[in-house]
Amino acid sequence: MNDARPVGDSGLLDVRIARKAFRSASGARADVLRDVAFTLADGEVGAFVGPSGCGKTTMLRIVAGLDQEFDGAVARPPGTIGMVFQEPRLLPWRTVEANVRLIAPAIDETTLATLFHSLGLATHRAHFPGELSLGLARRVALARAFAVEPKLLILDEPFTSLDRPLAVRLRDELAMLVDRRPVTTLLVTHDLDEAVRLADRLFLLSARPARILAAMPILPPRAARSEEVVASLEAAIARQQRTLEA
Amino acid sequence: MLRLMSLAVFFATWIIGSALAGEQMLPGPIAVAHAMLSEARSGALFINLGATLARVLLAFALAMTLGTALGILMGRAPIADRLGDPWLLILLNLPALVVVVLAYIWGGLTETAAIAAVAVNKLPTAIVTVREGARALDSTLDEMARVFAMPRWRAFRHVVLPQLLPYLAAAARSGLSLVWKIVLVAELLGRPNGVGFEIGIAFQLFDVTRILAYALSFTAVVLAIETFLVQPLERRASRWRFRPA
Repeated sequence: MNDARPVGDSGLLDVRIARKAFRSASGARADVLRDVAFTLADGEVGAFVGPSGCGKTTMLRIVAGLDQEFDGAVARPPGTIGMVFQEPRLLPWRTVEANVRLIAPAIDETTLATLFHSLGLATHRAHFPGELSLGLARRVALARAFAVEPKLLILDEPFTSLDRPLAVRLRDELAMLVDRRPVTTLLVTHDLDEAVRLADRLFLLSARPARILAAMPILPPRAARSEEVVASLEAAIARQQRTLEA
Repeated sequence: MLRLMSLAVFFATWIIGSALAGEQMLPGPIAVAHAMLSEARSGALFINLGATLARVLLAFALAMTLGTALGILMGRAPIADRLGDPWLLILLNLPALVVVVLAYIWGGLTETAAIAAVAVNKLPTAIVTVREGARALDSTLDEMARVFAMPRWRAFRHVVLPQLLPYLAAAARSGLSLVWKIVLVAELLGRPNGVGFEIGIAFQLFDVTRILAYALSFTAVVLAIETFLVQPLERRASRWRFRPA
C-alpha cells in the first residue's frame, strides 16, 4: 500500500496520502487525513497551518517514515532526515555535544562549533539536557537536526510553549540556517506569523479529517520580506482562512 | 557515621550474645578473627574464597547475560513474553535446592553442573527485572533514533542501554547476594572446595568458630565488591541525574 521510492538525486519531496485512519478504542475507524497530496521542490520550505488536533503531527510522522499504516505513497529525497519533534527528545544521559555527535558522527569540529555558536549553545556543550531550559533544549534539537546535513528537514511545531521573544529569535535563527544551507523543509505550525515568515509555500489545512484547503506561494523571498509585507500577507491569509472554513 | 555506629552496635550485640550463650555456641569476634587468621596463614582461606568467588562470578555473569538478553526480548516482543511467561513462573518457584540436586544427578558432581544450577536459579529474577525495564522504554526516543537512522548497535548502546541501567543495577545487586548464597549450597552438596564445602566440614565437627570465620570472610568480599565496584559504576552511570540546573 505504501512505498518510499527515491526520486533521483534531487531533494524533491512528493507526498500522496489518500487516507489515514485510526481505530479508536471502541473499534470505530476515524479518518485523520484525507487526500493530502503535495510536492516540495529541492530546497523549498513548505509550511502547514491548521487548527490544533487536525492531524498535522500524524502527517509528519507519515512523511518521516515513522508511520507506515496509510493509503498512499511518500517519496522522500534520498539521504538523511533531520527532524525536530514537538518535544526536544534529547538523550538525558548524554551531554549536549554527545547528543549531536551521536546522531551526526561524521561532523567535523569547525562545523559543529559554528552550528553551536550560531544557536547560542557554545557554552552549553558539556551540559546535560536536564540542566537546560526548554528553550535551550529546543535549540539543541535544532542543532542536532542540522548537524546531520539533512536532505529533508521536518519541523513539528518546533517553537510551541516558548515565550514570544525567544520563539521569534529561534525562528530567525532557523531562517538563517535554512538560507545558509538550503534544504527541503516541511514545517507544521498553528502560528500563521511563523509560517508566513519562514515558508516559501504555505498550505492551509482543514479540521479533522485534515485536507489541504489552499496552497499558496509566499512572495517575495524570505530575506526580502519587510514587516509591512508580512503583515499584509498575514491579513490576507487570515481572511482567506476564515472564508474557507465558513 | 551512622553506618559505623550501627556496625558498632552489631559487634556489641555479638559480644554480649557470646557471653550469654558461651564460646561453644557463639564464639566472640576475637575468637573468630583468630580462626580467620590461622586459616589465612595456612592459605586455605584464600583458596576456598577464590574457588567460591570464581563460581559466583561465572554463574552471575552467565545469569546476567542470558537474563538481560531474554528480558529485553520478552519486554519488547509480546509473543516471546507470552511464550516465556509460563517457563518463567516455573523457574521462579523452583526451590534452589531442587535445581542444585537435579543438576548434580543429571550432570554429575562437576563444576559445570554447579555453575549451571546456580545460574538457573538467578536467571528468572534477572529476566523479570530487565523485562520490566524493557517494557518501560521511552518510545519517543526510539522514534528519534529511527528518524535519524541511527545504526542499531549505537542506538542500543546510547538510547536503550542507559534506560535499562537502573534495572540492570537492581538485578545485579540482588543477584550478587542471591548467587553467593546458592553457590554455598552447591558447594556443600557436591564440591571438594570453597566456602560452602568448608562450612559443611565445620558443621560435621560443630565448629561454630570456623563457620563464622568463613561466612564473614566471604561477606566481606561481597561487601567490597558492592562498595568498590557496583556503587561507583552506578554513580558513574547516573551522574546526569544529580546535577540540577
